[in-house]
Amino acid sequence: MGIIKTTKLVFDYIRQDEESNEVEIKRAVDQVDLDIEEGSFIAILGHNGSGKSTLAKHMNAILLPTEGGVWVCGEDTKDETKLWDIRQNAGMVFQNPDNQIIGNIVEEDVGFGPENIGVETSEIWRRVSSSLEAVGMTAYRMHSPNKLSGGQKQRVAIAGIMAMKPRCIIMDEPTAMLDPNGRKEVIKTIHELNKTENITIILITHYMEEVIDADKIFVMDNGKVVMEGTPKEIFSRTHELKELRLDVPQVTELAYELKQAGFDLSDGILTIGELVEELCQLR
Amino acid sequence: MSITIRDLSFTYSKDSVFAITALNHINLEIPDGQFIGLIGHTGSGKSTLIQHLNGLLRGTSGEILFHNKNIYDKDFNMKNLRSKVGLVFQYPEHQLFEADVFTDVCFGPKNLGLSAEQIKQRAKAALDLVGIDESYYQQSPFSLSGGQKRRVAIAGVLAMEPEVLVLDEPTAGLDPRGRDEILAEISRLHQKKHMTIILVSHSMEDIAKYVERIIVMNKGEKVYDDTPKEVFKNYQELEKMGLAAPQMSYIVRALREKGFPIDSNVTTVSEAKTEIIKVLGNGGKP
Repeated sequence: MGIIKTTKLVFDYIRQDEESNEVEIKRAVDQVDLDIEEGSFIAILGHNGSGKSTLAKHMNAILLPTEGGVWVCGEDTKDETKLWDIRQNAGMVFQNPDNQIIGNIVEEDVGFGPENIGVETSEIWRRVSSSLEAVGMTAYRMHSPNKLSGGQKQRVAIAGIMAMKPRCIIMDEPTAMLDPNGRKEVIKTIHELNKTENITIILITHYMEEVIDADKIFVMDNGKVVMEGTPKEIFSRTHELKELRLDVPQVTELAYELKQAGFDLSDGILTIGELVEELCQLR
Repeated sequence: MSITIRDLSFTYSKDSVFAITALNHINLEIPDGQFIGLIGHTGSGKSTLIQHLNGLLRGTSGEILFHNKNIYDKDFNMKNLRSKVGLVFQYPEHQLFEADVFTDVCFGPKNLGLSAEQIKQRAKAALDLVGIDESYYQQSPFSLSGGQKRRVAIAGVLAMEPEVLVLDEPTAGLDPRGRDEILAEISRLHQKKHMTIILVSHSMEDIAKYVERIIVMNKGEKVYDDTPKEVFKNYQELEKMGLAAPQMSYIVRALREKGFPIDSNVTTVSEAKTEIIKVLGNGGKP
């Protein structure tokens, strides 16, 4: 079993009227089977309302399945006695950095998580230091989080999760509110955590460029996983992605357009280097 | 000239030890009917600048003219300015509050003191402009998708019939199709209604595709103000400011380094395609 596993996962949002009669049931996740290998970098794509965030919230027991099951590090999320273990092992980073920061200075914010679970003080400081180091924010340790840029705040939020010593981090559109540099910083940081600390990353995003280095991509539509594969495999299916309200990276788009115009190029070109090389061969 | 900004400066927490200069002697002319992109990294002063355009913030020094009238004059009608310069904030859907879509869009014009009939007309016209049809009018705004909610929120501002529409990151958090739809609608507003549009965005690709003029802010100062092609030529300086050029300009540069005689001004996918076909011939067989 992988670090996160779901079997036939179903989740319904139920709307009730004043007398608590069910007036509307909306199925947000529909029969999803996932098995995520420890240490991998996974991306989840899908249009607004496709069920990505609902699925993600099952990965640290914020939501519990209506049907089917979810296992995080081998523990069933429905088992209440394991809740704290699950939340400690699977951390979550959300879209808006301002909603996730509570400390008056950076180190205090990062130490908040371990303090809450009763970690010994000297160990908290050790974790704060190593987490800030891991996200490259040591220089800002004594700063006020309010004065940081969006990308820096998001890295502090990630450090706060690192201090919990998780095995897995789930990121729900962590770059949506950031400028180009902030986006680059955050993506670089999570790739490093994945490589050097072997932390499993699950990245939800609407920016196609951010997922070209993922090990595997899942595409969701209508609560179901409709595509699954490597970035190359997924982005070779330009037309299908557009049908699903998604897109491909601009480089891939250009290669696709040129191919339509009769150029002999491979499918799913993801980087500028690949495209330039193939174009050179056509010269 | 719709808006003229003269030597505008703004300092947060002025006269305290926390004073931060967010705008530093800005001069700007915004003619009627232009589609302008405003870029800059987080904290560069973009949002502070746009909040001056309808008087939400008052400059520490300098002046702003709206149709040649100083908005800081005592007898200037600020309320009128706020209906003429419409501001759409980030995540405007957080400001939806009414029980149904139509009533929500009516809120703005109702406050202008129009007749019930005029209010309805305006709300309907605004919802038409953003592509929300009548079947949604009675629905709760909270039952809509993210992109639809945002369009309803934008309609709320359009119902004020502004001459200038300022949008702060209108596509943040939307899926790629949602992004394209919103931007296409904004572009249509610009073309059909000759509305002046100021688009704040972190997506250089979107900026390159839609706007005719780019203003770049850095550390409270205006550093570039020119056509996209001219601005993106300074990609190295832009990168130093935490920005970037659109992806296509990087491809073009890589191709030029390999000796392809390709136009360095390319910023969009369709331009790149045309140029590459021009250089390589169809199918790469010249």
